Formats: sequence, structure tokens, C-alpha cells
Amino acid sequence: MTATAARPAAPPAAGEPKPRPAPRRKRLVPYWLLLPGILWLIIFFVVPLVYQASTSVQTGSLENSFRVTWHVQTYWDVLQQYYPQFLRSLLYAAVATLLCLVVGYPLAYLIAFRAGRHRNILLVLVIAPFFTSFLIRTLAWKTILADGGPVVHALNALHVLDLTDVLGWTSGDRLLATPLAVVTGLTYNFLPFMILPLYTSLERIDHRLHEAAGDLYATPWTTFRKVTFPMSLPGVVSGTLLTFIPSSGDYVNAQLLGSADTKMIGSVIQSQFLTVLDYPAAAALSFILMAVVLFVVSYYIRRAGTEELL
Amino acid sequence: MAHDGPEGLTAVQLAAIQRHLTTGRGALTRRSLLRAGGLGALSFASFAALTGCGIPAAKKDTKGGGDPDYSAREKTVVFSNWTEYMDVTDDGKHYPTLEAFTKRTGIKVTYNTDINDNNEFFGKIQPQLAAGQDIGRDIIVLTDWLAGRIIDLGWAQTLDASLMPHAYANLIDAFRSPDWDPGRAHSYPWAGIPTVIAYNAKATGGRKVDSVSQLLDDPKLKGRVAFLTEMRDTMGMTLLDMGKTPETFTTDDYDAAIARLQKGVDSHQIRRFAGNDYTSDLDKGDIAACVAWAGDIVQLQSENPDIKYAVPKAGYMISSDNMMVPAKSRHRANAERLMDYYYEPPAAARLAAYINYVCPCDHVKPELAKLDKDAANNVLIIPDAAMQAASHSFRSLSNKEDSALEQKFSRLIGA
Repeated sequence: MTATAARPAAPPAAGEPKPRPAPRRKRLVPYWLLLPGILWLIIFFVVPLVYQASTSVQTGSLENSFRVTWHVQTYWDVLQQYYPQFLRSLLYAAVATLLCLVVGYPLAYLIAFRAGRHRNILLVLVIAPFFTSFLIRTLAWKTILADGGPVVHALNALHVLDLTDVLGWTSGDRLLATPLAVVTGLTYNFLPFMILPLYTSLERIDHRLHEAAGDLYATPWTTFRKVTFPMSLPGVVSGTLLTFIPSSGDYVNAQLLGSADTKMIGSVIQSQFLTVLDYPAAAALSFILMAVVLFVVSYYIRRAGTEELL
Repeated sequence: MAHDGPEGLTAVQLAAIQRHLTTGRGALTRRSLLRAGGLGALSFASFAALTGCGIPAAKKDTKGGGDPDYSAREKTVVFSNWTEYMDVTDDGKHYPTLEAFTKRTGIKVTYNTDINDNNEFFGKIQPQLAAGQDIGRDIIVLTDWLAGRIIDLGWAQTLDASLMPHAYANLIDAFRSPDWDPGRAHSYPWAGIPTVIAYNAKATGGRKVDSVSQLLDDPKLKGRVAFLTEMRDTMGMTLLDMGKTPETFTTDDYDAAIARLQKGVDSHQIRRFAGNDYTSDLDKGDIAACVAWAGDIVQLQSENPDIKYAVPKAGYMISSDNMMVPAKSRHRANAERLMDYYYEPPAAARLAAYINYVCPCDHVKPELAKLDKDAANNVLIIPDAAMQAASHSFRSLSNKEDSALEQKFSRLIGA
């Protein structure tokens, strides 16, 4: 045992001067480190945001210029006109998120606890779809779900499509151009965003806790319910957020896999901006979407109460 | 008399103020400065920005022309076009007609295929053109309604017909004088795009589909019908089917056509409104019949013999993609030479043999027959008299009316 370790730290003598504050240069270091990020956010987030906020309260037309007239009425108008698409977006995103969780959790669990030396390969496979473009992947689903394709055949043979038809999720003997196809596409496209956070939080769980639970006569199910799942909650929360937020604003899946009555709010914003050239309406819609998602997400985080999330 | 401070304050009052400013609540610490500065800047910036950053009037008073031309000094031209819209060698590395042009004139062509969608491209170039800046392109190719908007906004340079003798002489009659660019003062067509009805004979069980009415009413096609997301093509074909002319329709006619299509959406007769991706659906048979662009059909037919097309008795829509020189671009004369070159029948024939759209140049048939007999006899590429007579085009719209009609159409297609 060394002398230093043995000696308890002496309390500071009363007469000693207080520790001096760090020199000015050192205190500024964190700000300097923040600078690139802050500049980036100002240029590419705050400025466009302010610009769009301004656009949303303008009136005018392309040839006679748009001017800020504080016409807040636009918000109410677009909300009244497009609330079905808003509700649909939230519904599709919620269902897709739930499906991602149902599909992703077992997979993440398997990779974290059972994959052994295949773990890295499986993780690469989860990320592999990102090597092709989002658009191409979605187009591929048109082939997978094609009317004469094996998926439709199988589901028809099992009478699954009859059931979903009654529920209004498909129409007739097909999958494409139905709500189910859009949700399937969303689920597929955002699945990795669910699996990766789930995997990280599952992988951190100490194996010995499972053994301890077993030693205390917990069934595997109880172990999962009382130990594994609560400890993976941060992953569940961040996974659901990473899936829900982008899928509620997505429009590619709705455009390629859906039909006229499955359009999501992203399509509306796109067409208002690019086709109708009603910039104020498009900007107002974007802000409403942002507010709605922010509200839903903050409510969810509060309810989930996972302080360890960050 | 006691010494008074500024503005008659007593020494005591001054001391109090000083104390307040140095140690009290008014003290200017770094934190409070930051906070005040940040808040102030943010609220000021957001208010000023919200009020100040309106989108300036797009319309220019001077219509084209007058922009300095550097063609004589700079032997280059930058050409922006759609993908798959230029003849290319099998290895994809050479553009034979463009290279022949460069060899003859010494003008180097930078060819970009950066136009994928009219609306998106307009969104991309609009801020620069509105600000009166050069967009770095000497030729852009836009569909006629957007070309009309660009001309209307004063963003296209006036072309000098005397420098374009072939184009002036060989342009086919159908495209001579559209109402959005009388006398082709600002634009020349690159290719014509007929909109017809296409069907997959295997998917329809051998039935012929030849009218919009059939698309909307035939129960055998239920859920396997598509229309295009391009408003003018879908609405034009529907208007024709209802006995109206797209050149002169009224708002009531338009609303009636929307209502007719809406019925098809509600009854699930119409599967979806599709952009370019309808071709693969039609090829697979997921879509049995649809409104389609002729060039795509020529392409599909060469791979799938089941794909057929029909020109409705009511007539069909034709639009064109038009070359134009954007305002402030530096090489108008070079651009005019290039445009003119594609109106020489040999070059036009080589292009037509490759891109499968309507060739806007007259006297091409014999040249094209040397390269590709089938193409020369295809009325979708070289339209005969009957075909030319059945063609219609959508009347040009003011920006306001355009927005209103697009809005109605957007709601129809769900967005």
C-alpha cells in the first residue's frame, strides 16, 4: 500500500485561498467547441425556419410578389382543408412505428443476446439497405407486392386480404395502392432506425442479471417482463421516435405504393410548394406538422419518463 | 450651490445609479449581456426577418433580349435537358449528334441531364431568375406550360430567327404558333409528347381500351386504371372525352371533368395517379389500362408485345418540350446555332430514332427511314395527317388560373 493512498485527503486549511477560477481562455473553450455546430444550425436550421415562418404569413402571387401581411388565417384554412391528411399521416406513422417495434424487437434481441460471432454480420445486414437509395428500395416493394406476385397469392390463399378488405386496409384482391401497402413500405424503410437503438440498449444489459432472475425462480417470460424490457426502454423510446418522426412526414411511400385516398401530409406540402405554387399554404402546413409532431413526441417522452434517454 | 450632475441629478442620485449599474440588477455582466443580446437579436431578427423576407415580384418589365452575349468570345454552350432525351452510343459515353455539332462549329457543348421534373426544376431555378442572375445554363428544355410561364415572367431571351434558318423553315405546323409563344419568338420544340391511352392486352384479356369513358366505366378494369399526375394531360384527355375542347374549355367544364374523375376515385375504379413510374406497373399488368405518354409506349412495346395503345376518337393531347435560352445566360448565339442544328433533317432523324417522341422537324421521314424503318412509319414519332388533325393542346393559363386549376386537381389526386 502506498503512502498517498493510505493518507486521507486533508481538509483544506481555513487560511488557504479558495481555488481560483480557470483562466479566461479556458472558460471560453466550450463556446469555441460549440461554435461550428451553432453556426451550422443557424445557417441551415434557424434561417430557413425563419424564412418559412415568414412565408407562412405572406400573401400574394408569383408574378406580383409575396408580401408579409400577417395573414394568420392561412393556418386555419389549411388545417380545415387538410386535416384528413394530417390524421392519416399520424395514423400511418403510428401503425408503422408499432409494426417496426414488433418486428424489430425480437431481431434486436436476437442480435444482442443470441447471435454470438454472427453479431457483426447481422448488424451489417440491418444497415445494408441504406447502401441503395430510398426511392429504389420503395420501388422494389412495388415488385414484391405486385398483384400477381407471391405475396398477394399467399395472403389471398390464407384469406388475409378478405379480412383487411373488411377493415378497409386493402381493397379487393390487391395490396398495392392500398393503405396497407403504404404502411408496409413505411415499416420497411424505417425499420433500421428502430433496430439500432434497441440493439444498443439491449446489448448493454448485463447477462448476469438474467442468470440472477433465473436463480430467483423467475420464468423466462417474467425475466423479460421485469428485467429485460424495462432496461431496454431507452432504446424503445428513441427507436419509436426515430421511426415515428420521419415516417409522419414521408411522402414517397404514399406516392409510390398508395393511391389518391392514401396521400399523407408530405404529399400535400410537396404539391402546394411545387405544383400549386401556394408557398404560404405549404409553409403553414409544414409548421403545423412540426407543431403536431413536437406535441405528440413531447407528450410521449413525458409519459414514458425515461430520463436516462439522453 | 451644490454641484449637480448631468440633467440636474444630485450626487446621491448619481451614486445610486452608478451602484445599480455596476453591482445591482442593471449590472452588465457577460451573462446578462449574452442573454439580452441573444433574446433581443432573436426577437428582432425573427420579427425583421418575418416582415422583411417577402418573395420579390417575379415579373420583369423588359422582356428578354438586351442581355449581353459572349458567344463570339466563348465558344461554349451549356445545355440542360431531361434524362434519356439525347442519342447516345451503346457504351453511354458519347453523344454522336452533339459531337458532330462541335466538330462542325467548334462550339463545345456541356450537356447536363439535370431536369427530372418541371416543377422541381422551376423550384430550383426560380430564385436565381427572380433575382436577375445567370443560372449558368444556355439552353433549358421545359414542357410548354412551364415554358409559357417562364416567357410570361420575362425570363427567356428573345431568339433571332435569322440565325436559325433550318428551325424556322422546318418546324412542323402543329407547333408553329402556340398561344403562349406566338411565332416561336422565345422557344423551339425539342420533342412533341402525345398523350394517348395505353393498355396491357394480357391484363385486359385481349380487350381493346380506347377511350377515357371506358377507363372510367368498364367494370372489368376496376382498380386497374391509372391516370397521370400531370394535370394538363389527365384533364385534357377527360375534357376531350366529355366533348369539350382543351383549347377553349370553361371553368364549369373543368369542374365537371374533375367531378367525373372524382367518381372514379371514390368508386375505386381508378387505382392511382402516377408519374413516370406507371410504365413498370403497365408492363407487369398491375395497371391494365391508363393514360400514357406515347414515347414511353414506343419504348415499352419494343420489350413487351402485349403493350398496345389507342388514340381515342375524341382526339388526344399533345404537348411539347421546348428549348429556350434563360435570361442573362451568356451564350445565346451559340445556343441558337445548336437549336438550329437539330432542325437539320439528318440530325433530327438521328435524334428521333433514339428518343421515340414526336419529331418536331419536317422532312425527316426519308432520313429516318434510312436509320429505322419502323420508327419512320410510327405515327407516334412521325405523325401523319390524320394524327396531326386529331391532336389538341391545353390552352395557356394565367398564373392565377393555373394555381386554381392545379389546386382542384391536387385535391382530386389526394394531395
